[in-house]
Amino acid sequence: MTTDAERPLLRVRDLKTHFTLKSGSLFGGSKKLLKAVDGVSFDLAAGEVLGIVGESGCGKSTVGRTLTRLEDATGGTAEFDGREMLSLSKAAFRPLRREIQMIFQDPFASLNPRLTIEQTLAEPVRIHGLETTREGIRARIARTLTQVGLDPKVMSRHPHEFSGGQRQRIGIARVMIVEPKLVIADEAVSALDVSIQAQVLNLIKDLQKESGISMLFISHDLGVVRHICDRVAVMYLGRIVETAPKATLFSAPSHPYTRLLLASIPRIRPGRIPAEDRGEPASAAAPPPGCPFHPRCPIATDICRSERPQPVDLGNGQFSACHHAGKQQGEAA
Amino acid sequence: MTPNATIQWFATGRRIFRGRWLATLGLAWLVLVVLAAVFAPLIVPFDPLEIDPVARLTEPGAAHFFGTDHFGRDTFSRSIYGARMAIVIGLGSVLVALLVGGLTGMISAYFTRLGAFLMRVVDVLMAFPALLLALVLMTLLERSVMNTVLVIGIVYATTTARILFGMTLKLKNEVFIDAAVCSGAGHASILFRHILPNLISPLLVQASFIFAFAQLQAAALDFLGLGLPPEVPSWGNMLSESRIYVTRAPWLLLFPGALIILSVFSMNLVGDALRDSIDPRFKNDIKGV
Amino acid sequence: MTQSNPPLLDVRGLSLSVATGDGLMPVVRDMSFSLNASETLGIVGESGCGKSLTSLAIMGLLEGTPVRVTAGEILFQGRDLLTLPPRERRRIMGNEMSMIFQEPMTSLNPVYRIGDQIVETIREHQPMSKSAARTRAVELLRMVRIPDPEGRIDSYPHQLSGGMRQRVMIAMALAGSPRLLIADEPTTALDVTVQAQILKLIADLQSETGMGIILISHDLGVIAETCDRIAVMYRGRVVESAETRDLFATMRHPYTRGLLDSIPEPDEDVDRLPTIPGRVPGLDERVDGCAFNPRCARASAVCREEDPGETAFGGGHAARCHHPLEPDA
Repeated sequence: MTTDAERPLLRVRDLKTHFTLKSGSLFGGSKKLLKAVDGVSFDLAAGEVLGIVGESGCGKSTVGRTLTRLEDATGGTAEFDGREMLSLSKAAFRPLRREIQMIFQDPFASLNPRLTIEQTLAEPVRIHGLETTREGIRARIARTLTQVGLDPKVMSRHPHEFSGGQRQRIGIARVMIVEPKLVIADEAVSALDVSIQAQVLNLIKDLQKESGISMLFISHDLGVVRHICDRVAVMYLGRIVETAPKATLFSAPSHPYTRLLLASIPRIRPGRIPAEDRGEPASAAAPPPGCPFHPRCPIATDICRSERPQPVDLGNGQFSACHHAGKQQGEAA
Repeated sequence: MTPNATIQWFATGRRIFRGRWLATLGLAWLVLVVLAAVFAPLIVPFDPLEIDPVARLTEPGAAHFFGTDHFGRDTFSRSIYGARMAIVIGLGSVLVALLVGGLTGMISAYFTRLGAFLMRVVDVLMAFPALLLALVLMTLLERSVMNTVLVIGIVYATTTARILFGMTLKLKNEVFIDAAVCSGAGHASILFRHILPNLISPLLVQASFIFAFAQLQAAALDFLGLGLPPEVPSWGNMLSESRIYVTRAPWLLLFPGALIILSVFSMNLVGDALRDSIDPRFKNDIKGV
Repeated sequence: MTQSNPPLLDVRGLSLSVATGDGLMPVVRDMSFSLNASETLGIVGESGCGKSLTSLAIMGLLEGTPVRVTAGEILFQGRDLLTLPPRERRRIMGNEMSMIFQEPMTSLNPVYRIGDQIVETIREHQPMSKSAARTRAVELLRMVRIPDPEGRIDSYPHQLSGGMRQRVMIAMALAGSPRLLIADEPTTALDVTVQAQILKLIADLQSETGMGIILISHDLGVIAETCDRIAVMYRGRVVESAETRDLFATMRHPYTRGLLDSIPEPDEDVDRLPTIPGRVPGLDERVDGCAFNPRCARASAVCREEDPGETAFGGGHAARCHHPLEPDA
């Protein structure tokens, strides 16, 4: 939780990432604005794991890609360790890349098929000058591979010789080898089979605890998020609709969308009360006015159709961007 | 090459040519041409430039396997040396095309603004028929081996640029490129360390086709008197010089013509085999089932 | 569940092998199950366990793949599909059984309006005029709860959301009024709120039409909520099968238990997820005895030597394990 007196490691304010879509006829065509991320704010304390959940197209991945500068922000600020980083030039940002690392979803696509594991892992070490000798680099690679549960002997092999789970461990090794302060995990276990997913989740959790890194854990899977995160932010159509400590979010969700999400997950043990069928999310290219969730919301009123709700502090670190937050706790789930 | 790497090359070769007897024959023919080119001085019974007025237009026989031309030069010896020219032209054109075209394509795809300009230049060049473009360029230059190679290379650089542009564009959006950026890799490292190695196989295929087309292109230029200097024993020059004797000495056309056709055909077969071997549609990945 | 007439689908001893450079490698071994009308069977397992290949074999869609049926029979309403003349089989495939897939975008042709694609499917099954088929198409779209079916029928696939596209696919699958519907990961590509809607739709359609459903999924939650019976597959074998309630009450196979335990659930906190060690061996890796023994905590000498036969526990509950778990374990 962010009750520490010290400043947060990452402080994001009103982050906006808009894309221009060229929609098109053969000659000319119009331009459309896709507001993938539209005013996202949050803090991430040192050593904290913040989950970002939401459905596809809600902008959760774009938040991660913007904070690693893989996409350009179109507005807002992000202070990393007290330093605004979105306005830095690419060259000035380069040293920060060591401290902000990313784990990607697809373990098959995220490793260059032509490079050996050693070459892949040596690259960031060499670029950031963490080791200078060949032996030093090799020793560091061996150490990191052991750390992620792989035999250092595998470093001479190519990615195609590994299974999905092993590749994801290599992806994690590439992140851990530079000893980052912040790791952004974008659907890091979504592509893995259940039994492998559990292994990798445990590994990520262990590494996070040992090294005390901060993590932004982006996922669509609420079970996974509950397992690994301290705090959770729920996104809907480019905005955060609710932020709460894990225990509060799962036991007392305040936003109707969070409740819909929780009610929609198929459960192994019977007892889920199925959610009402309320249609599908609008497109982020044409979000509804007012509260973006109002067309699907069971408790929407006039104000929801016209006015965009601001986050309301419900106490205990729970914030809800709902006009009716705090007024209807416990009712209509 | 380490023994291990040799074995690997051998295994790859076997995989590509297994069950493709026509492509294997093509490869055998090309090996023969290369051997002939390398050992030309040891093979030829006569100096390819030696003029023998007494033996003018001799029919093929025991002394002159492929007969002689209107200067009495031994056609067999000239054909063997022609293989040398064929290989020099082929390799040279491939080198120029891949270097110029490959770089243009890669850089255009990577730096989109510069690319928008460069690719328009390529489009304009591609609007000319290949032979016409080569003719125009050759008329501006002196006839020499070097210039022929350069011109043919430039002509095929355009298609190479187009192909590499598309492939680089696709590779640029791969997740492992994002991962490399996150590792702190700069432009040069991304282009040459991460993108280029993934283009080697398609480049190889492209090279094989350029090699084949360069032969035809060179022969055509020679035939039109715009290619290699006339005294150079190339298959194209041989065709060009002998065309007026076609009724009296048809072997003069037959042998170099057959050599060109066989070599181009072989190269295309080998190129097809290479392309099929890297085409993902033919890869059966049993892990996916 | 005692019925005198044959079950809708009865698969007996089905074995599939994939042809590779090194000969035939078994991918599904000795698979048996049966399905009645109005019943839903869930087949669950991790990638490569053979669950999708089984469904392709039932649908007769293995042609053109390197996979072959090497043994067994597939009895559909009492008739063995594997020995039927191809024409007869195709007729059954289109009308009496149909299939929906994971990716609704790739299963629809992007250059045709969805209405035209549905009309075409309808007319393949039964001869009728274009306008009659169009009326039927609207009816089908309404059946899968697509709002404003008359308006949506002229949309192109890309104009619809993922959930709507999957509804269209279901509508097309229903065109021949099938007795059996095979759904292979029908909601895997969809968001969780949309998934809930599609699963409910499939359940509703089943109670309206009485069709039997085989639902294939990697998601135990999806399977648990929608299926009457479950077959758990591991490396080409059904390792455990039971009525859904029985299965989750008493798991007999260590793999089933391990799979369930390793899922992080949204309703409970665990500090550390129990895991199944290791990974599924590749097809080319030989495992003697029980296929699961290298990863099993209960494995003994016999597990490494002998492939376990099926042990029945009553009530249709069976598992292939030398050391099945006790009810309390």
